[in-house]
Amino acid sequence: MAALLEARRVTKAFGGGVFTKSKVNVALEDFSMTIQDSPPSITAIVGESGSGKTTLARTILGMTPPTSGEVLYRGTDLRRLDGDQRRQFLRDVQVIFQDPYEVYNPFYKVDHVLEVPVANFNLAPSKEKARALIEEALQAVGLRPDETLGRYPHQLSGGQRQRLMVARAMIMRPRLIIADEPVSMVDASLRATILDSLRDLNEKLGVSIIYITHDLTTAYQLSENIIVLYRGSIAEVGDVERVVNAPEHPYTRLLISSIPLPDLGRPWEKERVIPEHAGGRMTGRLSCQFVDRCPSAMEVCREKAPPLFQTEDHRAAACFLYRDRPELGLGDVHQVFAAKSSVPIEA
Amino acid sequence: MSAVLQVRDLEVAYHTSAGPVRAVNGVSFELEPGERLGLVGESGSGKSTIALALLRMIRPPGKIEGGEVVLDGTSLLPLSDEEMRRMRLASIAMIAQGAMNSLNPVARVRAQIADCFRDHDVQLSNRELDERISSLLERVGLQPSVANMYPHELSGGMKQRVCIAIAICLSPKVIIADEPTSALDVVVQRQVMDTLQVVQTDIGASIILIGHDMGLMAQVVNRLGVMYAGDLVEIAAVSDMFGDPLHPYTQLLIGSLPSLSSKRLMRAIPGLPPSLLNRPAGCPFRARCPHVMSRCESENPALRQVRPNHQVACHLYDS
Repeated sequence: MAALLEARRVTKAFGGGVFTKSKVNVALEDFSMTIQDSPPSITAIVGESGSGKTTLARTILGMTPPTSGEVLYRGTDLRRLDGDQRRQFLRDVQVIFQDPYEVYNPFYKVDHVLEVPVANFNLAPSKEKARALIEEALQAVGLRPDETLGRYPHQLSGGQRQRLMVARAMIMRPRLIIADEPVSMVDASLRATILDSLRDLNEKLGVSIIYITHDLTTAYQLSENIIVLYRGSIAEVGDVERVVNAPEHPYTRLLISSIPLPDLGRPWEKERVIPEHAGGRMTGRLSCQFVDRCPSAMEVCREKAPPLFQTEDHRAAACFLYRDRPELGLGDVHQVFAAKSSVPIEA
Repeated sequence: MSAVLQVRDLEVAYHTSAGPVRAVNGVSFELEPGERLGLVGESGSGKSTIALALLRMIRPPGKIEGGEVVLDGTSLLPLSDEEMRRMRLASIAMIAQGAMNSLNPVARVRAQIADCFRDHDVQLSNRELDERISSLLERVGLQPSVANMYPHELSGGMKQRVCIAIAICLSPKVIIADEPTSALDVVVQRQVMDTLQVVQTDIGASIILIGHDMGLMAQVVNRLGVMYAGDLVEIAAVSDMFGDPLHPYTQLLIGSLPSLSSKRLMRAIPGLPPSLLNRPAGCPFRARCPHVMSRCESENPALRQVRPNHQVACHLYDS
């Protein structure tokens, strides 16, 4: 059976063109990934700003066409979905956006954003049931219905608006939720509540989740598999336990060592880190994207872009440090994803 | 050592059509010279309101209802608007959340820093101005060429560093950083926080760091205060706060932090913070507190010192 959603060698470039002098900005290059209908999965996509993760979200949602490559929903290219298929796609794949300010129409009360999908997709048989459904969803994300409903977007804080978006995605009971930084503006204890709700959706209702974030800690807590993006291509991919506990790609190592731990016995390492330069991705695959900041850079890194090398059953890193391992084709990335763990998570 | 900033019984309320919302409910604390004090709390706990109140930037329907703020011996609340304007940036500065979005998109960096000097009557020739701006940018780890750029040409981390440069340009005594790195990834965050600490030592300022990332607080601040529903419920040296948290909310908060060492069910604190609109009597945390007693229903506990350099507002510690 065709996969629920599949990205095949998706490349997205912005700018450039015949009449402008502006550089081409390749936000995402040659990206492939597959989400099956079942078993439901949780995949984290981690990267800093400029890594291409939001472009990725927008491309696999069909909000922007890829420059090359394709995105398939149940085997059909998103650009060629007919009316029925499109309606089904919109029901099956829900998104939670990063910016809780832009997504709201300021003329409508926030109730609108919850009432419309309930009405459009006939999620409740009566007005009372609809209201109950909405209130339940709000409570699951830590919002008080009496302090949220009836308000305009500007009357809610950023964190409240963000949570409202999560509630909306949950009401729809989709097959796949793409969450782009859904809790970045929310504080620690509430984050736990919301991520718990997302995990519940996955475990109890079989909803798959693509969790896009730069917060490795919550990515680790929530997901089974992780893709680390750097400047538009995959740096490392695989089982989240392995990638986080024994990172292989120098960029992943940098990310992990930069996380501030709430543990005074484990201070930030004092190594000097070369800051990013103001330019974007170096176009074309002429060298490793990370070469200017990499403490282990070798000559070959400046001459060609590294392919993915499969270092373990459930791990691959795009780094010449591992060039003695077998290469992994970009279309086969899902092979290193770990199967859903049957070991219960300790409480 | 005399504190550089003293806050006593600060009260701020927002007067809405539904009634007054008590955002800051009688908060007191002190900031020592050269110190980094963190303020954590859920959104809505009052921490950003405190920041705005210290700078007297609360706008209607918000109002500072009571209390005292003394900066280096000068009481800020009774100052005239013009006197307060002169204090801002020169004596007390702020780096706001999403500060990179508050840079003027149609002005080059140079012009935005030059504005600060001009607004505070610092007379400099063009050459002196250029030198000062270059040296400021270098201090925050930016190339002097950044002065000629527009904000959109800079990355998030670079914009935030420009905001730090603006905040330190007149060497204020107190810098308030309200979630300065929440929009940045961990690598850039570490660099920006390193920069902030270096410049703070350079100019001898004190910092109040507001946020909700306990990990960041653990790595950066000397002392930490915990806000809940407008109250300061605990304040202690950061090692004591993590090593021996006293307030039940602090204990639960630390327990809810996700870790990288083991996957476990994230322990959310059940329930929601109370409505600040109709604030019930007694301790604001009582509805969610695992140790609630009958006294908590009627009496709001006062912040008291129970250990050296460790204050907590909780009836569990009232003898």
